[in-house]
Amino acid sequence: MRDRFKKWIESSSAWESIIVAIPYVWLFIFFLIPFFIVLKISFAEYILASPPFSTLFSLADSGAMYMTVIFDNFIYLWEDSLYRDTYVNSLKISVSSTILCLLVGYPIAYGIARATPTAKKIMLLMVILPFWTSFLLRVYAWIGLLSDQGTINSFLMWIGIIDSPIKMLYTEFAVYVGIVYTYVPFMILPLFASIEKLDMTLHEAAADLGSRPFTIFRTITIPLTMPGIIAGSLLVFIPATGEFVIPDLLGGGNVLMIGKVLYSEFNSNQDWPIASAVAIVLLFLLVIPMMIYQKYQAKESSGA
Amino acid sequence: MLCLGFAFLYIPIFLLIFYSFNYSKVVPVWGGFSLRWYVELFQSEEIWKSVVLSLEIAIMNATFATLLGALAGITMARIKQFRGRTLFSGMISAPLVMPEVITGLSLLLLFITMAEVIGWPTRGITTITIAHITFSLAYVAVIVQSRLVGVDESLEEAAQDLGAKPFRVLIDITIPLLAPALVAGWLLAFTLSLDDLVIASFVSGPGANTLPMLIYSRVKLGLKPDVNALATIIILIVSIGVCIAGWILSRQERQRVLDMQMAESGKFDQNEDEPVRA
Repeated sequence: MRDRFKKWIESSSAWESIIVAIPYVWLFIFFLIPFFIVLKISFAEYILASPPFSTLFSLADSGAMYMTVIFDNFIYLWEDSLYRDTYVNSLKISVSSTILCLLVGYPIAYGIARATPTAKKIMLLMVILPFWTSFLLRVYAWIGLLSDQGTINSFLMWIGIIDSPIKMLYTEFAVYVGIVYTYVPFMILPLFASIEKLDMTLHEAAADLGSRPFTIFRTITIPLTMPGIIAGSLLVFIPATGEFVIPDLLGGGNVLMIGKVLYSEFNSNQDWPIASAVAIVLLFLLVIPMMIYQKYQAKESSGA
Repeated sequence: MLCLGFAFLYIPIFLLIFYSFNYSKVVPVWGGFSLRWYVELFQSEEIWKSVVLSLEIAIMNATFATLLGALAGITMARIKQFRGRTLFSGMISAPLVMPEVITGLSLLLLFITMAEVIGWPTRGITTITIAHITFSLAYVAVIVQSRLVGVDESLEEAAQDLGAKPFRVLIDITIPLLAPALVAGWLLAFTLSLDDLVIASFVSGPGANTLPMLIYSRVKLGLKPDVNALATIIILIVSIGVCIAGWILSRQERQRVLDMQMAESGKFDQNEDEPVRA
């Protein structure tokens, strides 16, 4: 018995199973199972109790088990225009800010990729550095810039362009600024990776054959950097849709986003079944972009 | 365009630092240079308590996430086939983009269910740490995996052919090769944990206020100059940390390239010698 164990432990397949099993079990328990719990509670009913939801499985007198599935939460989400508008608004904000990130990030990524090796290293570090400093504090910084007595308004009034402050904080504009500001590094890095791989001789060939710069950009640069565009867009779009901190701090009560609704539904209203249903619908909206991202991630990190 | 882009990225941070030295209580109104907010910051017991708590969680998180993430990364890069590989790679890449509110909600519901069934864990430092490990390990796994893909598998194969046991190969070859990725992963997991507000607010229990949670509750009430002072200190520490880490990593990388070149040139010498000997 001991010999067999010794033999097993020395074989490479044993080590492989141990290496696989440890993270697998962890992720299974703490990442996969929680989603099934959310799914389960989203079909339950809100009751005044602790925990505040009805049980799904119960035993009848005969001993048979039956299941009470309630679709009320989902019907409620569909019928209440507040939730519908919030989902639509979240998607609108995340799609627009993804496009804005792309417009801001592409020229920066292009500039970095075409710089000298030393400048490239320094600029890449400068893109990554804000990412390492606190996200919350970077959002906080914008309150000081955008508020009525903030830096931007004070400056504009000082040079005399405006007489009274423009309302920027607690508007949708502030949310856009916040999202683009915090997520643009996620756009730049994958874009940089794919622009750097571009074969510049293609551009020269096209130029020699008489193509205009814009035609070259449209027919060569964009298609060849598409993997970076897709990866960067997904890295911005998916988390931005469920964003909570930015709409909460910069949008105030005026901007509806689903992450905020979910947070308050859970923490203030204590309505777990509705919060779970909100999460399930959000996940459902994001599952296809997430699968595309996973495919990209798998391809990218396997070196293909 | 590049300058404009970097100005956009850095001006808010510089203003944040600038106003931390402002005497005035109203953040955007300049009232003269002063260090009063720093003094106030160092006297606040509440802030120190949350700093200690956040550091404790961040260190535990970084250590466990690096361990688990390294195993997950080795799995993804080196073990080509096993049952449930698709599910595994899905569970590795999903936490990278999953909206925080969903992760936070689902983990809290898990912890509540677990506490009901097995009486563990109590909400607080334990649950925050577990939650952080779960999403940080995915980031570490991606770093480790991309490092391993860039490294020749033949070294491990050679060691195995020469009779090294799998455990020895792991300890003597794979882990040293991974060292820079493990350092980078540890640091990333550390900062991710220090940075997290949403997930921690979901899974935390009474009394366990991490630093981001404390900052958030203050910021909700408006601009606070002492938050600017705190931000300045955090930004300073992080910048120094990133620069040191970058310097160490680039030095190691240079050493590795040098070693490889030496090995390559050694191989060439041998090839040239052979015909002479024959």
